[in-house]
Amino acid sequence: MGHRGSAQDIGRINWQPFDFGPREATKTRRRSTKNKEQSTTFLRPKTKVQSPFIPMNLYKYSSPVNFYPLAGRLIPWFAIPAAILFTVGMFVGFFIAPADFQQGEAYRIIFIHVPAAWLGMFLYVLMAIYAGIGWAFNARLSSMMASSISITGAMFTFLSLVTGAFWGKPTWGTWWVWDARMTSTLILMFLYIGFISLQSSIEDPRRADRAGAVLAIVGVINIPIIYFSVQWWNTLHQGATIRLLQKPTIHGSMLYALLIMLAACWLYSVAVVLIRVRCIILEREQNAARFAEATI
Amino acid sequence: MLAWRRRADVLSTLFFFVIVASLFPLGIGPETELLRSIAPGVVWVAALLASMLSLGRVFANDFQDGTLEQLLLTPQPLFLVVAGKVFAQWLTAEVPLVFIAPLLGLQFGLSKQTLVVLVISLLLGTPVLSLIGSIGAALTLGLRSSNVLIAILVLPLYIPVLIFGAGAVQASVLGFDPQPHLYLLGALLVLSLIFSPWATAAALRISVE
Repeated sequence: MGHRGSAQDIGRINWQPFDFGPREATKTRRRSTKNKEQSTTFLRPKTKVQSPFIPMNLYKYSSPVNFYPLAGRLIPWFAIPAAILFTVGMFVGFFIAPADFQQGEAYRIIFIHVPAAWLGMFLYVLMAIYAGIGWAFNARLSSMMASSISITGAMFTFLSLVTGAFWGKPTWGTWWVWDARMTSTLILMFLYIGFISLQSSIEDPRRADRAGAVLAIVGVINIPIIYFSVQWWNTLHQGATIRLLQKPTIHGSMLYALLIMLAACWLYSVAVVLIRVRCIILEREQNAARFAEATI
Repeated sequence: MLAWRRRADVLSTLFFFVIVASLFPLGIGPETELLRSIAPGVVWVAALLASMLSLGRVFANDFQDGTLEQLLLTPQPLFLVVAGKVFAQWLTAEVPLVFIAPLLGLQFGLSKQTLVVLVISLLLGTPVLSLIGSIGAALTLGLRSSNVLIAILVLPLYIPVLIFGAGAVQASVLGFDPQPHLYLLGALLVLSLIFSPWATAAALRISVE
């Protein structure tokens, strides 16, 4: 390693583990042109590249500062229907749908369990897409959306595990079985936890975004492999024990309740993700946001 | 070569592997039948944890003394450099595990045939661990709690390797044909060989920039 001993590298060794000051300074110096460019886009968002396919005012909202008030206006449009649909779905689920002849009343937990499980899986893919877009096109708002989605997705995955346990106790007689689907949901939960803890332990938000994107994409590639390996492992070790939810011919009102609850969970997710992304924008772009408020 | 100068690291990984695997009989009890049935899982989980230990060192030293930045600036494609580093890590940290594993297998009362399967499965599986682990190592470069973080990031991704690796040995213990598991491990190896140096290179660029 012949480079040791050059003055530059001695300096680097001294800075490294504890003193981040000078390193940050060089980093900002190196990226100063980029920063300048970014900060001027706040000032004149309308001079962005114009595409023949997308009207210009959509580009405007890819800037976090412009998106912030838009998100604020959109939130009630999702939150209020979500609340209404939750109430309707719960009512249909608890009072109109008949009791299952095999599982009795206990099955009613699927009205929250199934939408939660669907959203837990779907939101991971959505998060990876947003993170990937944010990484590829250097779009800050997409990365913010990804970190905002990750929390909601982890929440839904956790909810589906917990409600699954509550459902399993009366129907299967046990809180937990190493069933293929349950195990892969648990692993999905671990992947969410990995994403969130990676992002929260990196201080530089841009690095956190990109590192999270790499992890999310690697996770998305791995999910099918994990799913099939778990399924195979399960059939190998366990044989036929308990199958998940022998689908009885589902009663009409049950199906409606399920679909209504699914829609409610979707709307809820959108509303919460928007609220959280507003918080993230505020946190990261304080100065720019204040500027925008002052001028609008 | 550089790693050989710090033999203590290599040896400590090895001893960690042996000690973890030896703890299980102490915790579970000395019945031979029981031990034989859990041996595949125990040896594989111990190998997983031991390979985690050495991951933090793949890039950390180079990052600290600035070598890594020089490597990023070399004209050669970064994924080649990464593949070289990962190969070195595999040679120094994982190959010793593969060689010591039959000894552990004997402790657990595995037959000779099963020991061969164990070694083959570890030979196929440990490179995958190094390759996937290097992504985690690159992502957590220079972070404060990086060692714990690597475990959280990488262990869920290790699950398929664990399933097929331990599955092969288990099949051999039960008298089935372990080949399907080994083929799948080989497939995982090829996949990770193609994708993970690329992902690691991307992660390194992000972490160092």
